[in-house]
Amino acid sequence: MSLTKLRYVGVRKAFGAKTVLDGIDLTVGVGGAIALIGASGSGKSTLLRCTNLLEPIDDGAILLDGDDITEPGRDADPVRRRIGMVFQSFNLFPHMNVLSNVTLSPRKVLGKSKADATDSAMTMLQRFGLADKAHDYPDRLSGGQQQRVAIVRALQMDPEVMLLDEITSALDPELVGEVLNLVRDLRNDGMTMVFATHEMSFAREIADTVCFLKNGVIAEQGPPQQIFSAPTHPATQEFLARVIASGRL
Amino acid sequence: MYGADADKASAPSRTGLSRRALFERKQRRRSTLMAAGSTGVLLGLIIWQVPKLDGWKRVQKSFFDRKTFSDAFEPVAKAFMLDVKIFLVCAPLIVVIGMLIALSRSVRSPLLFPLRLAATLYVDIVRGVPIILWLYLIGFGGAGLMNVREVGIGPIKIGTYLFLGGVALVVTYSAYVAEVFRAGIEGVHESQRSGARSLGLSTWDTNRHVVLPQAVRRVIPPLMNDFISLQKDVALVSVLGPVEALRRADVIQDKLFNFTPFVVAAVLFLCVSIPLTRTADYLLAKERRAMSGTAIR
Repeated sequence: MSLTKLRYVGVRKAFGAKTVLDGIDLTVGVGGAIALIGASGSGKSTLLRCTNLLEPIDDGAILLDGDDITEPGRDADPVRRRIGMVFQSFNLFPHMNVLSNVTLSPRKVLGKSKADATDSAMTMLQRFGLADKAHDYPDRLSGGQQQRVAIVRALQMDPEVMLLDEITSALDPELVGEVLNLVRDLRNDGMTMVFATHEMSFAREIADTVCFLKNGVIAEQGPPQQIFSAPTHPATQEFLARVIASGRL
Repeated sequence: MYGADADKASAPSRTGLSRRALFERKQRRRSTLMAAGSTGVLLGLIIWQVPKLDGWKRVQKSFFDRKTFSDAFEPVAKAFMLDVKIFLVCAPLIVVIGMLIALSRSVRSPLLFPLRLAATLYVDIVRGVPIILWLYLIGFGGAGLMNVREVGIGPIKIGTYLFLGGVALVVTYSAYVAEVFRAGIEGVHESQRSGARSLGLSTWDTNRHVVLPQAVRRVIPPLMNDFISLQKDVALVSVLGPVEALRRADVIQDKLFNFTPFVVAAVLFLCVSIPLTRTADYLLAKERRAMSGTAIR
């Protein structure tokens, strides 16, 4: 369909004796949006953390624009600059205000001047309705605001791919919407993204491909209409039945 | 009956305070009165009873002699300035060296393994020996090594006993302070590192801008504790000869056969350590308030 941005080839990862990723093959096109669904412990987060090289993989390869970023011994920092990541628990720096959180890496990593970094940050905070929070510390913000700041922080590095690791799981239900709206905006801007989520309706709306993970393998993947309406794999059927029973779809 | 009670309970009071605020004000007044009363009784008992003890006259004469106190005050206070100077010179050095040791103990690069090993050994060995013993070892050992006998008062000269005493304090205290810093560094949650590294920040920038500022903030109260100890332990330098407050008091005591100069020295140390202690307590309480909600009574 389009150019390949990210490709996973036989990715394996174990923590001690426990295999977490057991041969993942996946292709993410430029501008694509891949949703990773599956039970806790199925390997969704680990796959995202491996993509950003926060965890080294044991075998296989992850290619970014055809370039093997998982080659052992390779410097991770230039790769991370190109891949933004947002975490379930925000991971904002509590000792810095919002503006400093957002401008730290553009200044230190991209070498932007303070004025440039601030200008760019304020423009984006403005766009996402956070400009009046620029000088507040993270603990003064609601969970939804904190998570939106974390997304802005990642976007300020001008990444080619965004990895979103269950970014609404730690939020009160009424705050989920404001974060998902922001992701929707990103999607409309054509950002390539891979996201792990428990929000099935959101995965259905945003993703062009949904992957169901079980025990470290992609048990089934396909367009959302097919996965959610006519799943073929018994494990997917069982998982979705449980999700529906718990009222989350 | 029930309705009337409820009305009374919910009616705003004349002072405009809520029911709870009124109750708490009453409680506070009661607590203050009780505290003042019990303190007064205890103090009264001490003042009334202690002078009746058999040895009181002797103790009063040898420890609390007014004339000796005023005679000894000036020379001891002057010598105390040396304690303050040693403290002011050593404390910043201890912070810097302690931090460097803590960082050395945290490095994970195999190339820097010798550094990690050295830092770990240093902390283990230094903390395993009493401070006063280090003063003898470094003081007399160092003096022998450099072949000097100067005691060295006033401006610090390298190789004097005063200098070596300072070195001994820096050596010992930096090991203790390093452990405080290390605890702080390890107390910063791993997710902070993930957050920083995911943005492409280098290990150095992550430590410099994300981990260390949080670690240091967290360990300020325990650090204050170590510096209160240091402020008193500077007196130990006197075992090498330099005439600071304790030594000066000792000399005067020898001359007058009266222990009051020691009380003078004690009062001077208290003048510095009590404000320091209170500041540390205040910082600790502030930290605790920030971490948890309301205090449970």
